[in-house]
Amino acid sequence: MLAKSYSLFKKDFSSELRTRYAINSLAMFIIVAISVILFSIGNETITESLTGGLFWVVIFFTAMSGLARAFVSEEERGTSLTLQLIASPSTVFTGKLLFNVILVFCMNLVIAILYSALFERFVVQNFTLFLLTFVLGNIGLAVSSTIIAAIIAKAGAKGTLYPVLSFPILLPLILTCVQLTLFSFDGTSFEEAQFELAIVVGYDVIMLTASYMLFDFIWKD
Amino acid sequence: MIWKIFLFLLLTFVSIAGIAFPIVEKPGAWYEFPFIPGLEENAKIIFFHVPTAWLTVIAFLMSTIYSFKYLKNKNLDDDAKAYSAAQLGMVFCILATVTGAVWAKFAWGQFWSWDPRQTSIFAILLIYGALFALRSSIESEDKRATLSAVYSSIAFITVPFFIFIMPRIMKGLHPGSAEDSNAGPIVDFQMNSGMQLIFFLSLIGFTILYFWMWQVGYKSIIFRDKLNKQLIIPTGSGQGE
Repeated sequence: MLAKSYSLFKKDFSSELRTRYAINSLAMFIIVAISVILFSIGNETITESLTGGLFWVVIFFTAMSGLARAFVSEEERGTSLTLQLIASPSTVFTGKLLFNVILVFCMNLVIAILYSALFERFVVQNFTLFLLTFVLGNIGLAVSSTIIAAIIAKAGAKGTLYPVLSFPILLPLILTCVQLTLFSFDGTSFEEAQFELAIVVGYDVIMLTASYMLFDFIWKD
Repeated sequence: MIWKIFLFLLLTFVSIAGIAFPIVEKPGAWYEFPFIPGLEENAKIIFFHVPTAWLTVIAFLMSTIYSFKYLKNKNLDDDAKAYSAAQLGMVFCILATVTGAVWAKFAWGQFWSWDPRQTSIFAILLIYGALFALRSSIESEDKRATLSAVYSSIAFITVPFFIFIMPRIMKGLHPGSAEDSNAGPIVDFQMNSGMQLIFFLSLIGFTILYFWMWQVGYKSIIFRDKLNKQLIIPTGSGQGE
C-alpha cells in the first residue's frame, strides 16, 4: 500500500513540476497577502500578539488558495474514475495527503522566513516550542484541508465553498496554534504550554483517524 | 392532540411565569424568585436562553446520529431526519446567540465581547451555515446526502472542543469558565425550588416542542421528495394506451 501511495505522490509531484500551477499561485499569493498587510501597517510597529495572529491568517488563506487542487484537478481532468479502479481509497488518500503535507511545509517555511525578515516583533524566544507548534500545526492543516478538498471536488461552486467549509473545522487548530506561537514569542516553557500542545496533538490524531474512516464514503461514487 | 394542548399550556405557563413572577430579597411564596447576586433582574432570561442553547446541542447530536445512520444504511429518510434536525439546530442556535447577546448587554455591558462561550456558539453557527452552503451546491440527491453526512461527522469531531473544552479552560465571563468565582451551575446552588421548577419545566417544554417541530420537518421533506419523484416518473397505469 505504501509503495502505491508513494507512486501516486510521485505522479502528483512530477505533474506539479511540469505545470508548476500550485507552486506559482501559492508563491504569488504569499507575496500579495504579506504585502497587503505591510501596506496597511505602514510605519507603525504592531504588537507581538497581532504579529502572531497575522502569521496564522496568512497561513490559513494561503492554504485555502492552493490545497484544494489535490482532488479538484483529478475531477477536472476526469482521472478520478481511473484512480478508483487502480487503487484503494486509503491508498489514494495517503498519496494526496503526502503531497499536501509537503506543500504545506514548503509554503509555511517561506511564510515564516518572510515574517522573520519583514516584521520587527516576530522574535521567537523558545525556538523548540515554535518548531513543534509549526510541525504539528502544519500536519493538522494538511489533514483537514485534504479531507475537505475531497468533499469539495465532488460539489459545485468549488472555489468559494472551500474556505467556508474549512474554517469551522480548522478554527480549534488555528486558535490553539496562535496561542502557542505567542507562548514561543514570550519564551514560555514547555510545562506551561503542555495543555495547548496536547490539544494540537489530539486534533491531529483525531482528524487523521476520522479522515481515513470517512474518505471511503466520499471517494466511492 | 392531547399532548399538543398539554404542550401549549406548559409553554404558556412557562412564558408567563418566567416573565411575570417577581424577584425578591427573601422569597416566601413558591412563585417568588430569589435575588441572585450578579444576575439580579436579568436572571429571568435563563428560562429562555438555556433551553435554546441546550436544543442547539441536541439538534447537532441528532443530526450527526442520523448522518452516521445514513452512511451505514444509505436510506434517504435518515438524511431527511438529519437535515431537519440541522435546520432546527440553526434556528435554535440563532435564538441562543441573540438571547445570549441581549443578556450579555445587561450583565457584561456589551452585546458581543468574544467571550469563549460566544466564540464557540459563533463557530457552531458557522458549521451549520457551511453545511447548508454545501447542501445547496450539490444537485444529486445521494451525493448531497453522503457528502453532507461526511461533513457533519467531521464537524461533530471538532464541536466538543468548542462546547466543552474551550469555554472551561479559558478565562471568560460566562458561568463555568476558568477562574469563575461563583463557579458553575447556578441551577444547583442559588435557585430556589420555584425557580428550579420553572427552569426544568421550560427545558422539558422546549424539548417537546423541538421533537414535534423535528417530526413535522422531516415528514414534510420525505413527502416532498416522494411527490417530486411522482411528478418526474409517472406511474405505469395508462401509459401504454
